[in-house]
Amino acid sequence: MSTGTAAPALQIDTLSCARGDRVLFRDLSFAIAGGELLHLKGRNGSGKTTLLRALAGLLLPESGEIRWQGENIRALREEYARHLLYLGHLNGIKGDLTAVENLRIAAVLDGFELDETRAWAVLDEIGLRGHEDLPTKHLSQGQKRRVALARLLANRASIWILDEPFTALDVAAVQLLQDVIHRHVADGGMAIVTTHQEVAMIGAHTRTIELGRRHV
Amino acid sequence: MFKPLFWVIRRDLTIAMRRRSDVFTTLIFFVIVVSLFPLGIGPEPNTLRQIAPGIVWVGALLASMLALEQIFSADHRDGTLEQMLLTPQPVSVLVVGKVLAHWLVSGVPLVVMAPILGLQYDLSVDVQLILVASLLLGTPALSLIGAIGAALTLGLRSGGVLLALLVLPLYIPVLIFGAGAVEATASGLGGQAHLSMLAAILVGSMVLAPLATAAALRVAED
Repeated sequence: MSTGTAAPALQIDTLSCARGDRVLFRDLSFAIAGGELLHLKGRNGSGKTTLLRALAGLLLPESGEIRWQGENIRALREEYARHLLYLGHLNGIKGDLTAVENLRIAAVLDGFELDETRAWAVLDEIGLRGHEDLPTKHLSQGQKRRVALARLLANRASIWILDEPFTALDVAAVQLLQDVIHRHVADGGMAIVTTHQEVAMIGAHTRTIELGRRHV
Repeated sequence: MFKPLFWVIRRDLTIAMRRRSDVFTTLIFFVIVVSLFPLGIGPEPNTLRQIAPGIVWVGALLASMLALEQIFSADHRDGTLEQMLLTPQPVSVLVVGKVLAHWLVSGVPLVVMAPILGLQYDLSVDVQLILVASLLLGTPALSLIGAIGAALTLGLRSGGVLLALLVLPLYIPVLIFGAGAVEATASGLGGQAHLSMLAAILVGSMVLAPLATAAALRVAED
């Protein structure tokens, strides 16, 4: 669903965010276009998660604007959410539902249909073969993360906002996730990722922004 | 719009069926509270008949409030709530689904149980019927109004007490017209007017409460 235009699709304009009394970052401006991967770096407490939540529209920034194709995301709201996939620290899956059920309900809420066979195929691809039918509370931490990440494979959103997606994953899963992100970006999607690990995401279109410096 | 609504209801009902103990605690609480009064007051039929509507209704009120704490808190903890706020669906529609599922699980059993408990109070059949009708109209309104409070107190440490302080005053009109309908029928005046008022409250809260709840949820996840 990427736009062929040269204009950056997601534009961040003099954004400032604060938690409580503490200003995390001030006057942050950057833009991301389709086919770009943004790697967000910074020490603990530098405001990475806050920035991602603001970009997802969950959090109201102190000042500044986030624009999607020229319009403020606050005004677009549901229209913007259609293009967005946000994965936070919490997996966003129900422990009492199976992986398949979790995936299918997420799909319907995201506005598309995911049939049973496709859901099984996606879970197979993410490495959960044999665990599709278990309530996810019986899965390990890494497996739960994989259920959450399975949404990346099923969804057609163009903006991926991933907060520490590599935590709790084993080596194979880290590799798989990198491939998935690469493929998404190569297809013209955009991804904004935070991670502490030095993963080899550095492709042709990777940009890095570091928070918590004097000038960003 | 109806498909996500249907899926949210189905999702919450599935979860409720898989952890049935939560459903029964509310119901058993209701049964115990309502049954305590005849034991404490004594077996004088006239007194019991007089106090029955108020007691059944207060019991339903407290049970409904007790169950409300759960409506968003689990989703808030595991992150599914923030995902719901990020879907292209209007949040108020998803709220309607969650409240409806919550009422089916925690409200309907109260309505079904009420006539059985009414036997302890020596209520006649037509009074029992009005009791059921009033609960059928009143309990969904309680769930809708309470959802606002549940959303506002989401993530707070002493949320339960605060929820009671916020929500119980808002329940007063429902209590007055609910218990009033039963009383009026028992005294031979007919409870039609009270039931109409209850229905009006239900319609009003159906329109306004989901919007308020959706706004409160956005604040809670900020």
